[in-house]
Amino acid sequence: MATEFHNLQELRHSASLANKVFIQRDYTDGTVCKFQTKFPSELDSRIERTLFEDTVKTLNNYYAEAEKIGGQSYLEGCLACLTVYLIFLCIETRYEKVLKKISRYIQEQNEKVYAPRGLLITDPIERGMRVIEISVYEDRGSSGSSSGSSTTSSSGR
Amino acid sequence: MSAVMIIRKPTRKWEKLPGKNTFCCDGRVMMARQKGVFYLTLFLIVGTCSLFFAFECPYLAVHLSPAIPVFAVLLFIFVMAMLLRTSFSDPGVLPRALPEEANFIEMEIEAANGNVLAGQRPPPRIKNVQINNQIVKLKYCYTCKIFRPPRASHCSICDNCVDRFDHHCPWVGNCVGKRNYRYFYLFTLSLSLLTIYIFAFNIVHVVLRSVDSGFVNTLKETPGTVLEVLVCFFTIWSVVGLTGFHTYLISLNQTTNEDIKGSWSGKNRVQNPYSHKNIIKNCCEVLCSPTFPSVLDRRGVMLEDSSSPTHSDASAASTHKSSNPVSQTTKSSAPLIPNEHTPDEAKPGIGAGTQKSTSSPKGEKPPSPTSPNAVAPAVIKESTH
Repeated sequence: MATEFHNLQELRHSASLANKVFIQRDYTDGTVCKFQTKFPSELDSRIERTLFEDTVKTLNNYYAEAEKIGGQSYLEGCLACLTVYLIFLCIETRYEKVLKKISRYIQEQNEKVYAPRGLLITDPIERGMRVIEISVYEDRGSSGSSSGSSTTSSSGR
Repeated sequence: MSAVMIIRKPTRKWEKLPGKNTFCCDGRVMMARQKGVFYLTLFLIVGTCSLFFAFECPYLAVHLSPAIPVFAVLLFIFVMAMLLRTSFSDPGVLPRALPEEANFIEMEIEAANGNVLAGQRPPPRIKNVQINNQIVKLKYCYTCKIFRPPRASHCSICDNCVDRFDHHCPWVGNCVGKRNYRYFYLFTLSLSLLTIYIFAFNIVHVVLRSVDSGFVNTLKETPGTVLEVLVCFFTIWSVVGLTGFHTYLISLNQTTNEDIKGSWSGKNRVQNPYSHKNIIKNCCEVLCSPTFPSVLDRRGVMLEDSSSPTHSDASAASTHKSSNPVSQTTKSSAPLIPNEHTPDEAKPGIGAGTQKSTSSPKGEKPPSPTSPNAVAPAVIKESTH
């Protein structure tokens, strides 16, 4: 079953969606955007733990950078207030810039790491920043493999 | 050459959003359903300021200083801008969980609760998290099918879960939440200043004019003054009080919702885990934190046709903030019914190989991979030569 999916389009055409895993938010540091790095058991056989943790940690770092309250955010806030927030019609906020970086990072991770393993990460912004959704694909060709329906592992966390 | 062109306006996501909001300007503006009180607010502010500019300003500009009306104009513009920004923006609405996510959470809840005997009421759906050494209970929202993040609450008027929910304000016709709280605060603050300003200069004007013409004559010459003084007098009590209250809340990093419920009132040693215990830091966090983008994709184009993901990928990707809606180009002749066998086919939105749409301001993102029940007919556009 070692089919390599280099192209994401290939992934969609030749594989069927088996399962979705949701990585929840980690609220221990308050309301900042941070995701749990706990490795879900559904991905045990699909991807190495370290790769997964690296991805989530990098994403957490990006979000921390976006939400950092410091000199730049004050400046942005003051400037925006003085121009009655019209300046946001012309320039992008820092958060939006970081979100773009995150999008690019997720795309790159999908292409290099996750798609070859039959997985696909959805950008959290498309899920209201609540979860990181990881879609697990099964190769259509291999019918013997368990088409993991959603009742496989009701893992009591 | 035969030219068949059927261009239909694409369906944008705001048209299918659940919740009781009204949208204007093709999804750019988002408000609550009842807007009557908002119109009253607008009328009062614009009306009173117009009277001020008509009656008092000419006299004061000549007899005192032209800076007075100039400053009034600036203040008025600021107040209106803050009001419109509060009213029209997304307060921080959390989108509802899609079916897979909802099922996943249900499974987790069932696993955590174990077996519930028939006839017994299942335990309440609550998750405990520890934030800054304090246990905070996250409640499950049955409408949105999510565990609400800390400080989020469900607004029954708008039927949405709102992040850092403060309150639903009928005067601005919208909820006040994470994304528009600072605009709301600046609105109340600037409105207080404007009201005090107008009230003060009304008094000055009446006094100055009465010296020349007498009190009764002054009122006859400028009847607007009486009205303005009346409106300002009542407004000052309410708005200044409100500003003071919110200044207090900001210094403690609390929301109105938490204050009303007494979440951090101190009994049972419960303290606010979000407060930095420092007034300056709290104010900075509430007023100077980065502006959060909207996670509600209002202006994204809904994908109706799932038969040719590669083509609709290229066309749907470019959802810009500019006014012209992008019409989808589906070149295939495949049936326009969503494919039932792969309901959750990873749609082009996720890291599409070739084309990547830019995420423009106001949180517009490429179409969500699982567009729910989108059955609006696809747009077929064959170019004419």
